[in-house]
Amino acid sequence: MATTFDAPRTSARRGNLEKWGWIYMRASGVVLVVLIFGHLFINLVAGEGVKQVDFAFIAGKWASPFWQVWDGLMLWLALIHGGNGMRTITNDYVSNPTANKLLKGAILVAVALLIVLGTLVITTFDPCPPNAAPGTLPDFCSALTR
Amino acid sequence: MVSLKPAPAPGRVPLPKAPAGTVYRGHEGMWSWVLHRITGVAIFFFLLVHVLDTALVRISPQTYNGVIATYKNPIMGLGELFLVAAIVFHAFNGLRIILIDFWSVGTRHQRAMFWIVIALWVVTMAGFAPRQLMVIISEVAS
Ligand code: HEM
Repeated sequence: MATTFDAPRTSARRGNLEKWGWIYMRASGVVLVVLIFGHLFINLVAGEGVKQVDFAFIAGKWASPFWQVWDGLMLWLALIHGGNGMRTITNDYVSNPTANKLLKGAILVAVALLIVLGTLVITTFDPCPPNAAPGTLPDFCSALTR
Repeated sequence: MVSLKPAPAPGRVPLPKAPAGTVYRGHEGMWSWVLHRITGVAIFFFLLVHVLDTALVRISPQTYNGVIATYKNPIMGLGELFLVAAIVFHAFNGLRIILIDFWSVGTRHQRAMFWIVIALWVVTMAGFAPRQLMVIISEVAS
C-alpha cells in the first residue's frame, strides 16, 4: 500500500521563510565551527589559558580589525543561530498560543538587544581609555601621548 | 501523520503497551538529538551572559577585570570545562546533521557518524581537559 502525504506541507502564507531558517542553521553552523574553535583555542588553550583573559588581553586582540571582524561575525551568527534554535524548541513544547508568542518575543528581544550591544562594544572599543586604573592597560598604550 | 508501522489487523496482533519497535526511539538517533537540543540551550544561555560580561570592557578596564577576577576560581573553571564539552559535542554533531541532510548516503551512515562524533569529542576533550585543569590548579596554587 502506498503512503501519501497531505499536500501542501508548507503554507503559502509564510512563504519559504522556514526553509531559509533551515538553511541558515546549517550555513551558520559550518562557519561557527571555525570561529568558535578558533576563539576557544586562542583564549583558553594558547598562552596561559583562561587566566590570561583580562582587559589588556582583549585590548590586544581588538586593536586589530582581524579579531574585531572575527568576534563581530561570531556574535551575529551565534545569536541568530541560537535564537532561531530556541524558537524551534519553543514551538515544539509551548502549545499555549499566548505563552508561545511571549517566549518567542522575549527571545527576539534578547537576541536583538545583545547584537546591538555587542556590535557597539566591538566597533566603539578604545584599547587605551582615559579612565583606566594604573596597570590595567596593554603595553602599547604607553607609547601613545594623550 | 503517517505511521511507519503497518497497522495491526484488529484482534490478531496485540497492541504494544508502550511505543516500541521503531528504529529511532532509544537509539543513537534519539540520543544525539536529545544531547544536541540540551547543549544548544545551554550554550545559548551562556552566550547571553557572556556578551553582557564582555560588554563591561566599555565601562572601564578595572570594571571588566574586577568581574572577570570573580570568575577565576575552580568552580568557574570546571563550569568552563563543561561548557566547552557541550560546545564541542554540539559542533561535531551539528556537522553530522549537515552530512545527514546533504551527503547522498548520509542517512545510511548516521549511526556510524554518531560514534565518530563521540570519538572526536573524546579526542578533543582529552586535549582540552588536562590543559584547563592545569590552568585551574596553577590558579589555585598562585
Ligand atoms: C559550533 C558550531 C555549531 C554548529 C555546527 C551547529 C549546528 C547546528 C545544527 C545543524 C542545528 C540543527 C538545526 C535543525 O535541526 O534545523 C543546530 C541547532 C541548534 N543550535 Fe547549533 N550549531 C553550532 C553552534 C551553536 C551555538 C553557538 C548555539 C547557541 C548560541 C547553538 C544553539 C542551537 C540551538 C538552540 C539549536 C536548536 C536545537 C533543536 O532544535 O533541537 N548552536 N545547531
